[in-house]
Parts: sequence; structure tokens; C-alpha cells
Amino acid sequence: MSMNNVGRPTRPETANDAGGHETLTGGRGLLQDEALIFELNGWTKTGVDLPDAAAPSSDLAGLLRSEPIGLPGLSEPEAVRHYVRLSQKNHAIDLALYPLGSCTMKHNPRLNEKMARLPGFSDIHPLQPQSTVQGALQLMDRLAHWLKTLTGMPAVALSPKAGAHGELCGLLAIRAAHEAAGNGHRKTVLAPTSAHGTNPATAAFVGYTVVEIAQTEDGRVDLKDLEAKLGDHVAAIMVTNPNTCGLFERDVVEIARLTHAAGAYFYCDGANFNAIVGRVRPGDLGVDAMHINLHKTFSTPHGGGGPGAGPVVLSEALAPFAPTPWLVHDAGGFSLVEHAGEAGAETAFGRMSAFHGQMGMYVRAYAYMLSHGADGLRQVAEDAVLNANYVKARLKDVMSPAFPDGPCMHEALFDDSWLEGTGVTTLDFAKAMIDEGFHPMTMYFPLVVHGAMLIEPTETESKQELDRFIEALRALAGAAKAGDAERFKGAPFHAPLRRLDETLAARKPRLRWKPVAEAPLAAE
Amino acid sequence: MRYLPLTPEDRAEMLGVIGVKSIDDLFVDVPASARRDAPVDLPRFAGELDVEREMTALARRNRSAGEGPFFCGAGAYRHHVPATVDHIIQRSEFLTSYTPYQPEIAQGTLQVLFEFQTQVAALTGMEVANASLYDGSTGAAEAVMMAHRVTRRSKAVMSGGVHPHYVGAIETLAHAAGVETARMPAAIDAEDAVIAAIDADTACVVVQTPNVFGTVTDVTKIAEAAHAAGALLIVVTTEAVSYGLLKSPGEMGADIAVAEGQSIGNGLNFGGPYVGLFACKEKFVRQMPGRLCGETVDADGKRGFVLTLSTREQHIRRDKATSNICTNSGLCALAFSIHMSLLGEVGLRKLAGLNHQKALALRDALAAVPGYEILTPRFFNEFAVRVPGNAAELVETLASHGALFGVPFSRLDASAGMDDVLLVAATETTLDVDITFLTKLLTKVVGQ
Repeated sequence: MSMNNVGRPTRPETANDAGGHETLTGGRGLLQDEALIFELNGWTKTGVDLPDAAAPSSDLAGLLRSEPIGLPGLSEPEAVRHYVRLSQKNHAIDLALYPLGSCTMKHNPRLNEKMARLPGFSDIHPLQPQSTVQGALQLMDRLAHWLKTLTGMPAVALSPKAGAHGELCGLLAIRAAHEAAGNGHRKTVLAPTSAHGTNPATAAFVGYTVVEIAQTEDGRVDLKDLEAKLGDHVAAIMVTNPNTCGLFERDVVEIARLTHAAGAYFYCDGANFNAIVGRVRPGDLGVDAMHINLHKTFSTPHGGGGPGAGPVVLSEALAPFAPTPWLVHDAGGFSLVEHAGEAGAETAFGRMSAFHGQMGMYVRAYAYMLSHGADGLRQVAEDAVLNANYVKARLKDVMSPAFPDGPCMHEALFDDSWLEGTGVTTLDFAKAMIDEGFHPMTMYFPLVVHGAMLIEPTETESKQELDRFIEALRALAGAAKAGDAERFKGAPFHAPLRRLDETLAARKPRLRWKPVAEAPLAAE
Repeated sequence: MRYLPLTPEDRAEMLGVIGVKSIDDLFVDVPASARRDAPVDLPRFAGELDVEREMTALARRNRSAGEGPFFCGAGAYRHHVPATVDHIIQRSEFLTSYTPYQPEIAQGTLQVLFEFQTQVAALTGMEVANASLYDGSTGAAEAVMMAHRVTRRSKAVMSGGVHPHYVGAIETLAHAAGVETARMPAAIDAEDAVIAAIDADTACVVVQTPNVFGTVTDVTKIAEAAHAAGALLIVVTTEAVSYGLLKSPGEMGADIAVAEGQSIGNGLNFGGPYVGLFACKEKFVRQMPGRLCGETVDADGKRGFVLTLSTREQHIRRDKATSNICTNSGLCALAFSIHMSLLGEVGLRKLAGLNHQKALALRDALAAVPGYEILTPRFFNEFAVRVPGNAAELVETLASHGALFGVPFSRLDASAGMDDVLLVAATETTLDVDITFLTKLLTKVVGQ
């Protein structure tokens, strides 16, 4: 053994095979085992120093809480540790590739975070006099200008709070337009089977019946089927373009023509706008309404599941029905039309939510736009598409592309036919990717492809990182085909937890911690 | 371009591997008529310094709340958020992750959501809470839709104290789904008036406490009346700090409690992003909208958390889903949860007490100004005041003198005939000198 002069070993011992043993504490090196805040005995603690308050006014007698609430507190050092320990159990785009198809996990510039925290944006009230927030309204106006210019559409409703909320906004505008034209009987929405679940859910939510459109062999909308299903009962079609198979709808102009000829509107799900931004304007394709996920194309952080933002661009025909608030600009400056029915919003369908939308996201998205510029955004689309095609090209001999012919757009879709006979499923493969340090791709979506694996690398991955990812997938594919099923069936082995029992969670729902200790759940 | 790692050499090499000549070959499926050969007519890329200059110039054109006396509320409140909150939500692992679809590498987010759900359930006095919705107003609309599903009835009765923007969000969704809405006339202290409007078709009654005028109401009687008619009671709260002082919706018999959670952990941000709190009785859990996080075990029997009961949701049920919601308000929920964990029950009760105390001081000061009448009988940290003349004009005048006095009710509902009603709020951030400054200014303005 090699030692220094006080007897401290300076080289590792020859490896002994103790890697698999359980630790005594449950912690593993840098990874701490962390209890729930309710288990840290903080019932009398607080991490916020506040002066004592006087007793409440006697007006509130009988209206006060009499029972304990049941909330623990933590001192600041304890709170910081609690959340830092938890954070280390998360994968993140800042750590490694996060190729969730359709989710667009790209780098989130920190400048945008800094800008969103300027007090002039973060510390202004939505209802303070408009004369005191002219900069905020101007930012919204500029963001609107960029969105309209990039999409080639004449109007935009900024207020929807996420993509699905944008879909709702678009369909409500369509519904209002039909009703205004005496076409309220149109109650059907057509959407391809490959659509995001939000499309049929939104349509059904506003009282429309959803009819599926068939897909062609090459992953696009079947024009014949569309034509057959269009008619006087159809209010709108909802088509994602580029679609959820990662393909551009070649016949999109014809789709729009057929739709309009049938008196229906074309709602485009713009979740994948990042593939074409700066290169194609949806307005040139005949789209009537399209939401833009600012948290996808314009890189506002996904934050573990939101907040997002889903502005909707609208055609001339639909613009009059856009929800309030509505931004106007005249000689006196910028102002908001806040009530449907007021001048400037006579035919607005109503209000989507309180206040004016996701300002914090507007600031980040606008900073992102300014940073990239028109040229940079075009490069964003090109690099996103290039990266996806590169992944597809380098994996096509070991995995099975769902649509091998022709290029894909910003995401590469594989099916599970290449796993046939290996005993390994898409889920197993995904879990083995976790062991290799990558977040799995989107799995089992879109529904039109068996065992789907949808890989969206985004433009913010370097070639080196892509190669590392590709080599890992090739090695895993090789292992699956070589019969090394154990590597997959039990995976992940190296994550903070092993595979979780989702069936048990649904069968015996425990949705909160309870003060009276419950028996530990046991796997069934 | 600092955010794009590919070099021209990389691009050329990758095109070669793909087997195409140029990037245009990857866009061949785009119809020729829609291909653009040049960038659109917008500025070129800009360095960090230039972007920062432009953004800062825009930010400077806004009068931030912290710059001087500030008394705005009406659904968005200015509270002090501990520095720890903003530090932690900017950690890469929370900021740059997504919905926890792969639970083995998302236990951080999932455990936070489980803790958040428990905190929200405790605060509202309800049995279960979800992992957040966009904000309070969309939460209220979702609650009405949920009541429609649970009761299979198609009428929602709303009190005249519900925030008009919430009424708007509810009407938008309800009318689209064929649910009729009946809203009582705007009234400062008449939540009970909904009782007379409950009938056999009523799916739910929506009340708010503290209501938009700040009035605090014990809604127990309304709950009893709703339940007697087979309807659900939805209790809306726009100021979550009030939970620290007042009876919870659960204590008063609510079936669904909805709140705006912005006050805890989240800044004003000009109205968004905020975080919707949504809690209900356990028996309705399968009709709930939004994500739910639940406890389970892993293959080794260790406790862990997953998204659960997803058969309610759009990605599984599609047109049969309980809601179309996908992305919610995860990072704002995290901010809420961290702030709540720092406060604890001890801190929250103190914070709530301080808010109430500041509002009482503001009330006493305003009541002493000739011509100003306090309209709200019982309040937490916000109340309505009748001002001499038009409230919107008064607010503009005061803004030009450096004080943001409050929110004219006409800004929320222009048709209520309450042009002289102003909503004013005070929080722990309100200084005594701000109140003095305001009353001196009012005396001067009124005196002119």
C-alpha cells in the first residue's frame, strides 16, 4: 500500500467487489437520504424573523382559526439543506441531455432569469395605473410584434398561461367566430390520432366532439380521409405541424385549403414551432390560430412542470374574437382593453384568467428573442433539425426509425420493432438510459407508433454531447440484442431510487403526509 | 451566437453523416411557396450587454411597488419573500427540469410536490390537494367544471363578492361547456345572498372569503344550504396569507377550496406567473383536474413518489379527461412550498397577524380623512373605501404624486356603478410613514 509519512493511504486499494452493499444510513456518497419536512420535528420552528403582531380586531371574533394548522417550519440552514438535498435527486438540462420529444428541453439562458428579476418587471402590480407601467406594456407590445412577424400572422392573444390554455383560447375564438356567423351548429373537431392528448381534451372541454383523422404510411395527415370527414358539421381541425412524429406536413397548404373550403378553421398546435422558427411562417401555410409555447420555442425554463406561457397568434378572421385583455397603442401610449364589449374588444369572447398573462415568461422570452435575433432564431431551427437528423442517421442501423424515408424535423421517432425478441421493452430501454446518465426520450408517444421513442435533442447540444449520447444508445442497443436483458429489466440501478411501483400508487392513493403514522406501503 | 454550440465544421460534418448536401435538404417537405430564403425583418442577434441595456430601459419605465407608498391588492399582494426562496428555485435541478415523467430521476421535484400538496391541504383544511394549477382564477373555473362533473348539474351560482376576473374566467369556461352561471350583484358584504339562488339545478355555489372587497365571511350556513340542495360549495381565496389567521374553507364545510398562492413565495410579476391552489374532499379526488403526486415504493421497498391517478388526465384519457391541463405552475409551487417551510405555522400566524394589524392602521388613518368612508365591515388585510369622486381619477392623481393608492373597483367591473369605490391593501411591507404620506396627500388633494 502506498502511504504518506503520517500513514494516510494515497492510492485506492485494489478494487474489492463491495460496490453493491447497502449503506448504514441510506445515504450514498453525495446523495443524502432526506426525510419529508413533516418528519423533521419543526412544529415550533420558523426560519423567518418577524415582529410580534397585536391581537386581531374584535370584528373577526368567531372567524378565526381555532385549531392548529399542522405546518412545520425550518430554520434557514435546515431549509437550504432540505431543498438542496432534494434537488440532487433531479435530472436537469443543465446536467445532461434531456431529449424529451415534444417538450423541447433546451438550454435556459441565465441572462433571462436576471432580466425577469429587475424590479421594474418583477415588482409591479397588474392593476396599478397603466401610466405607471408603460415599459411593461411596451415589452408586451414588442413581444407581440416578434411573434406576429415570426409567424406571419396579424394578431396575437398573449394571455393564455400554457400550451393547453392556448388551445382553449384558439378553440373559443373559433367557436365565437362560428356563432357570430350563424354557424353555431358546427360542433365537430377533427384531429389526427397522433395529436397531443391536450388537443382532444381541449376540444371536448369546450363541448366539441372529436373525430380522428387517419394517418398515411409516411406519418402525415391522410388527405382523402380528411376530405371525407370535413363537412358542414366541422368547426375546426387541429393539426400539429411539424407533427408529433417529427415530420413536416407536406400537404399542409392543401389541408388548409380543404378546411377553409368546408367552412372550418385550421387550428395549428404550435408545440413544435421551434423546428421552423425563422424559416417558415405558419401564416404562409393557411393557419387560422396557433399557440406558441414560450417555454419550448423561446426557452423559458420548464421549472419541474411549469409555469409555461401559450400566446396564440390569430388570423384576421379570428382576431376580433380574441380574449381580453387586449393591448392597444395610440398617441397617449400603451393601454389595455380589459373588458369584453368595450371599444376595441366588442366581440371578444371573454377573459381566460385574472390579469394579463405570464409577464415573467414574456420578459424571458423577449430577452431570448433579442439575444438570438432574426438570424439566430433561423439558426436555432436549422441546428435543431440538423441535430435530430444526425441522431437519426447514426442510430438507424441499430434502432428502427418509425419513418425511415426522408428527413425528420427537430425530433427523431423510433418504434420498438428493433427490440423484438430481446425481451426488452421501450420502458426497460428508457430506464437503462437513466443508468447511463441520460434522461430518457419521450416514450409511448405518439400513439400511432408501437413502443414509440421520440428523441428531441434541441439545438443547444454540441456535437460532442450528441456523440456521447449516440454511443451510449448504440452500446445499449448492442447489449439488448446480445441478450443482456438483466441490464434493462431491473434498471435503473444507479438512480436515487430503483423502479417505482406506479400501480400501487394509483391503487392506494396517498396524496399527502398524515400526522398519524400509516403503515409503510409494501410492494404488491 | 453564444447559445449555439455547433461550429460550421460540425455542421458540415454532420450533414455528411446524414448524407445531404445542405441544410435546405432537411427542409424539403416545406412547400416551396412557404420557404423563406432570408431571415424575417427583425433585428440581428445581440450580445448580453446590449440585451441587458434594452431590457433595463424598459424596466425603468415602470414604477415598481418598492419605490414608494403602495397599497394595491385585489388578487395580487406584495409580500416579502426570503432570499432563500429565490436562490433555491434558481438551482439548475429545479429550474431546468420538467414534469417528473421519469420518477427515478425526479424525486426532488416529486417530494416537493408531495410536501406542497400536504401544505395546501393543511392550509385549506381539506383532505387532498393537487400539485397546482395556473393560478387562482383558472383554478376557480376548473372547480366549477369539476362540480359539474360530480353533480351532473349545469348551473353555477356565484356571490357578488367573487373577484370579477375570477367570474370572467369561470364564465368563459362554463359557457363553453354549457354550464349556466348566475352571479349575484356586486356587494361588499352579502355572500349569504347566494343562498336564495340555489335550486335543484345548482351544481355549485362559488363564494369568496376574504372577498374582493376584503370582507371576511363565515360561509358555514352557505355550505349547509348548498349541501341541502345537493350542490357543492366552492370557497375561493385570493390572499393565501389569510389562512394563517382565519377559519379554513374546510372548517366551514367547503367541498372544493381554490386559492391564489402568489402571496407566499412569489412576487407580483405584473400578474403572472402565479400558482393556483386546489384542494377538495377525498371522495372527489378522481374528478380533480391537474397533476397529483402520490407515495409509493421502489423495487427495493424504499419510499418514493410518482405522479398518480393519471387516468384522469389528457395524455391518457384524451377527450375523456377531467381537464386539458398539462403544464401547471411547478416552479411557483416550489417557491410557495419553500416559503411555507421557512415560515412554518409559527411564522405564518405572525405574518397573518402583522398583515391584519397594518390594514387596521391603514383603516384608522383613512377613516380620519374627511370625505373617506370605510365600507368593509370585517377584513383581513384589504378593504373597500368610498372616496370623494371618481376612484380611478384619484388613483391617477396620487400616482403622479408618488403613491400607488389602490385598485379602483371600476377597473375590475366597470358596470357595477361603484366608480367611487377603491380597494386598498396593506401587508407586512407597508410602512407607517407610507400611511402618513398617503393621508397627508389625500388631505391635500381633497383640500384642493
